[in-house]
Amino acid sequence: MIPKDGASAPLLAIEDLAVSFGTESGRVSVLDGVNLSIFPGQAVGLVGESGSGKSVTAMSVMRLLPSPPSRVDRGRILFRGQDLLALPAGKMRAMRGDRIGMIFQEPMTSLNPTFTVGFQIAEALALHGKARGVAAHERAGALLERVGVGPAARRLRQYPHELSGGLRQRVMMAIALACDPDLLIADEPTTALDVTIQAQILDLIARLRAEFGMSVLLITHDLGVVAEVCDLVAVMYAGRIVEQASAARLFAAPRHPYTLGLMESAPKLGQRVKELPTIPGMVPPPGKRGPGCGFVGRCGRALARCAAEPPPLAPVGGPVGSSASPGHEAACWNPVP
Amino acid sequence: MRSAWSRIRRDKAALFGLAVIAVVTFAALFAPFVAPFNPDQQFANGLTLQGAPRPPDGVYWFGTDLLGRDLLSRLIWGARASMIIGLAANLAAVVIGTTLGATAGFLGGWIGTVIMRFTDLMMAFPALLLAIALAAILHPSLWIVALVIALVNWVQIARVIYTETRALAAREFVEAVRALGAGRWRILARHVLPHLLPTILVWGTLGISSTVLIEATLSFLGVGVQPPTPSWGGIIFQSQSYFMVAPWLVVFPGLAIIFLALSFNLVGDALRDALDPTQRGIT
Repeated sequence: MIPKDGASAPLLAIEDLAVSFGTESGRVSVLDGVNLSIFPGQAVGLVGESGSGKSVTAMSVMRLLPSPPSRVDRGRILFRGQDLLALPAGKMRAMRGDRIGMIFQEPMTSLNPTFTVGFQIAEALALHGKARGVAAHERAGALLERVGVGPAARRLRQYPHELSGGLRQRVMMAIALACDPDLLIADEPTTALDVTIQAQILDLIARLRAEFGMSVLLITHDLGVVAEVCDLVAVMYAGRIVEQASAARLFAAPRHPYTLGLMESAPKLGQRVKELPTIPGMVPPPGKRGPGCGFVGRCGRALARCAAEPPPLAPVGGPVGSSASPGHEAACWNPVP
Repeated sequence: MRSAWSRIRRDKAALFGLAVIAVVTFAALFAPFVAPFNPDQQFANGLTLQGAPRPPDGVYWFGTDLLGRDLLSRLIWGARASMIIGLAANLAAVVIGTTLGATAGFLGGWIGTVIMRFTDLMMAFPALLLAIALAAILHPSLWIVALVIALVNWVQIARVIYTETRALAAREFVEAVRALGAGRWRILARHVLPHLLPTILVWGTLGISSTVLIEATLSFLGVGVQPPTPSWGGIIFQSQSYFMVAPWLVVFPGLAIIFLALSFNLVGDALRDALDPTQRGIT
């Protein structure tokens, strides 16, 4: 992928990650060779339908998947060159919340209802030995101001149930950013919020990303969210990355039939249609995936080869007649022209 | 805690419960000074000329028992047995049940399975039989009875706490704290245990009433509190065949048991409402 500002080494590099879950009917592959790189300061969007493996990818990076039933079958997750999957549990715990912050979909339930906002931010600082007591409390107040929750003096003493959804997501952000992480993983951070609040939170993520100089991995099923915040977009389908490119590039010239289908099924402003086009069928559930491309059953462009052999993620040029686009990759035997 | 107390103060039922508990506790602590007579003394005028127990009158307020002893004094001294067993046995049961239930629910995996299968085993085992066997081996006394009851009573608490912990462990804020780099014991102590507190309190108080009943059963079977030490359950069982002739011997200790158990329930309920974390801060 394209390094931003010429930075050489990726901050996070997921290499050929395969994760499976043990079920009553045997082991089921959920991630099947995911490759994804995030460079310092870069915002990468991971897009896909429910069940495509976006959240499992994020939870694998945090090593928060319950094991059993989950198991990493192969691959590496390199964070600043260090394989997270090989870290001892204590070292990994020191990484969570310190170098890698995470915010979740449900700000209503992701805060502990029994503790004040101030306590929970201070706890993040104390867990990683950044500050304790009064110092932690003061820093918690400063963090609240930075995420736009004021007046800090009053908010610190409030309990989560006294705050609106948007404010809670901001508090979650303050907790995730307390230790000044290198990477923020945001798992559907706006899905549970009103549209107007969504825009505010996205703006906040974009602003804080610049302020803290951190990378962002934004997981969403909403292409509009990605367009707003991300430099790069990776489209995920049935446990694999099927296409990735810069956000501008992907929206201008999608090459994978699935990406195209996603875009066509999103409503556009100023366009009157009787019925939005949809992608027929459903994501094949894990365990019901054939040897070839996961999209083959729903694809209008499928060839005989598609069902037999999984297409590798390979560089693709622009549409016929245009110059090639570096960093644009798609996993398709018969890409959209 | 302050807002919890102010909420309990407005709850009339809870205040009634607290008052009863206070009276019984006072009686238990100061039995030698409060009781009008020696509980073990058989009075010459304690029985009617026909040899039957005396009904309540101006001298023996609650009447006398089969041996001509003052029932009120025996009830006051019996409060000791009930309170010690009710509190100590139940505290022990709550500690054992919470520790095992929370550990099993939070860790899950094979450790959880082993603990919960053991709990199932204990549940299937006839509790009374176990209590009788233990009491017979360990020479019955007040503290042995308390221990026996604790070993029998923790099972239900463990199951309830286990289920609750499982649900809590799946809550998103637990996941969020984990993503923050907190260790599992810290999460259990800081973020899970406080949410179990209402359950522990309610089950702790509910357990006291069942504890009193087990104590009575054991006393009746001769493996509980040993005569002549008075206990409420013991008095009822010793006097049950005289219920038609001397109903006060069953009614007064029965009322004492009911009021004490009810009071613990009322206070427990009030505590549950008062400590409900989602209601904190709203007044």
